[in-house]
Amino acid sequence: MTAVQDAPPKKEPGRAAISERVKGERRLGLYLTLPSYVVMLLVTAYPLGYALVLSLYNFRLTDPDGRSFVGLGNYLVILTDPVWWNDFVTTFAITVVTVAIELVLGFWFAFVMLRIVRVRGPLRTAILIPYGIVTVVSAFIFRYAFAIDSGFVNQWLKLTEFDWFGDRWSAIFVICLSEIWKTTPFISLLLLAGLVQVPEDMQEAAKVDGATAWQRLWKITLPNMKAAIMVALLFRTLDAWRIFDNPYVMTAGANNTETISFLAYRQNVTLVNLGMGSAVSVLLFISVVAIAWIFIKVFKTDLSQVRGDQ
Amino acid sequence: MKRIQFARGRRPRAIGLASVPLIAASLLSGCGSEGGHPTLTWYILPDNGGSVARAEQCAQASNGAYQVRIESLPSTATAQREQMVRRLAAGDSSIDLVSMDVVFTAEFANANFLRPYTAEETSRLTAGMLPAPIETGMWEDTLYGAPYKSNAQLLWYRKSAAAAAGVDPASPTFTWDEMLKAAVGQNKKIAVQAQRYEGYTVLINALVLSGGGALLEDVEAGRNAKPSLTTPPGEKAAEIVGNLGRSSAAPTDLSNASEEQARANFQSDQGMFMVNWPYVLAAARSAAEEGTLAQEVVDDIGWARYPRVSPDRPSAPPLGGANLGVGAYTKHPDLAVALVECINAEPKATQYMLDESEPSPYSASYDDPKIRETYENADLIRESIGDGGPRPPTPFYTDISGAIQQTWHPPASVNAETPERTDQFMADVLAGRRLL
Repeated sequence: MTAVQDAPPKKEPGRAAISERVKGERRLGLYLTLPSYVVMLLVTAYPLGYALVLSLYNFRLTDPDGRSFVGLGNYLVILTDPVWWNDFVTTFAITVVTVAIELVLGFWFAFVMLRIVRVRGPLRTAILIPYGIVTVVSAFIFRYAFAIDSGFVNQWLKLTEFDWFGDRWSAIFVICLSEIWKTTPFISLLLLAGLVQVPEDMQEAAKVDGATAWQRLWKITLPNMKAAIMVALLFRTLDAWRIFDNPYVMTAGANNTETISFLAYRQNVTLVNLGMGSAVSVLLFISVVAIAWIFIKVFKTDLSQVRGDQ
Repeated sequence: MKRIQFARGRRPRAIGLASVPLIAASLLSGCGSEGGHPTLTWYILPDNGGSVARAEQCAQASNGAYQVRIESLPSTATAQREQMVRRLAAGDSSIDLVSMDVVFTAEFANANFLRPYTAEETSRLTAGMLPAPIETGMWEDTLYGAPYKSNAQLLWYRKSAAAAAGVDPASPTFTWDEMLKAAVGQNKKIAVQAQRYEGYTVLINALVLSGGGALLEDVEAGRNAKPSLTTPPGEKAAEIVGNLGRSSAAPTDLSNASEEQARANFQSDQGMFMVNWPYVLAAARSAAEEGTLAQEVVDDIGWARYPRVSPDRPSAPPLGGANLGVGAYTKHPDLAVALVECINAEPKATQYMLDESEPSPYSASYDDPKIRETYENADLIRESIGDGGPRPPTPFYTDISGAIQQTWHPPASVNAETPERTDQFMADVLAGRRLL
């Protein structure tokens, strides 16, 4: 065994000068991708900039003459408002619960999909079917299943008069259930991609050395999958933080089950209170960026350096 | 690194080939002309084909002056408004006619989304109509929405259960408190709409108006209107809603109940009372024909005027309905007004009432023999519409309604402090100091 494992290969000193042709190819590459850069910038930067500007005003679309500049007043109102913090708590609860359960379940499914030999094809398809269903449809499925008058869950559990959607935490429970059912396959796919990358020889060597399955999992498999786990976790956390369709279909935000995205929607689209709604959207954006930044710092994984042998 | 072959000669031709579809597309789009009959687009509230029938008759009667294209809006008032607000705010010239629920006519009028009807057009379009529906289409003494259909809630009760309890809901002094006592005594339910949506505001507004109060004072002040729930009528309304929500007469899904859930609850064996729109009778009859509802239940249904809050003051039945407005950016305003006049003709409104169970805004419709045959309660409906209590016609209605829904939901949480909290919250929301 070498003293340093998986060290990236040293660059040879004195690289050859870049030829004119290579320069030309790079320039061509830039020109070819420039239109899409411009379009992407327009499509994302312009609305973002417009939202930032709008958030500085007190502006209702149906009262255009009443528009007035309030500076950061909207942000102050939002950050001291119980509605915002209520929604924050709801969103946080949903995010933490769904991501944690999905990670564990998804890992289990990924493991099963990897190890099973006999019915691999049908099993993988069966696991992936919930992900293929449109989220709104899945929300309706769970809504009708848990409905008090026509749903079957109350019958199964012999609860005749329990309104799942009448109380905050039971409604959040159903929302989380629908989310988990729908997106665990996605996580399991991402984790499967990471699992197949774990070198088999390390596992063999550890088995020979007498490591238990649990030790192998924690010491070999998971560290080698760090990048895949981070990708899966980051995607799912960002998605769960911005959850909208499940609460919208199931409760329409009633009984304190509103999420931050739903608040932004209500302010912008239903109340056409563009100033306040844009401020909520900007705050949502900032929180999403903050989450991504925290993840990258905590995981300390540079995705471009993972495959150190290339 | 792979060598990338790039044949020099191919590049100009590739660009030439790529630009042909672009040029062709722009030529074709320039070709679409508007020669011939102009097409008026009418955004309708969904129904069972009655609006389409009215539009077809008018398009034919116009002898080719215009064609009518129908676009259907979502089924709830909130969703309809959501769809229209964005288009009208963007100055959509394809909106010629729009059916609006009565609550957001004032909002659209104030935002200059609608073309006002001239005084001459107003007198032509509203001749023979009951006064309350016409008021819902007015803003600052100008007509912006010609009443298309009207509506008023009635009290529905199960005759057998009422007889067992010994109450007469049709008596002129029947109050909410009496109703609650009767239902609790019989161990049955009172079905109201208490989901967190517009129907809940309808209920609360009716209770406040029936008590002699109002949700807002000086509605014309717009953003500076003063909420007035901290008054005896408002407090009485809070008492009624809170007592109902906490009593055993409240259905289990009360906080999630809209019109259909209320109807289902009323038709079950727990049902005793319900406040709902007049369509429920026709719906029950057709359900009995289909066999999904027992005929005894349909025969057991009785109706009366909306219950009073206090025995000495007549109730203010909730007023609903829809108005037809002409979009402010339409390219054919005169044709649109002609279409409105044709669609809103009294015979069509009467036929619509027969087909769709949506009450007509015309007083004469209720004397029509076919109407009287199908609707035994025709006079009661006309009286309820005539005495109807509208929701406040303010451009900030969505905020007002949202503030009320937020502070009064769920019904079991309403207590004596609720009116004051609502007033404070409503004032803050209107001024932009609080999030709704």
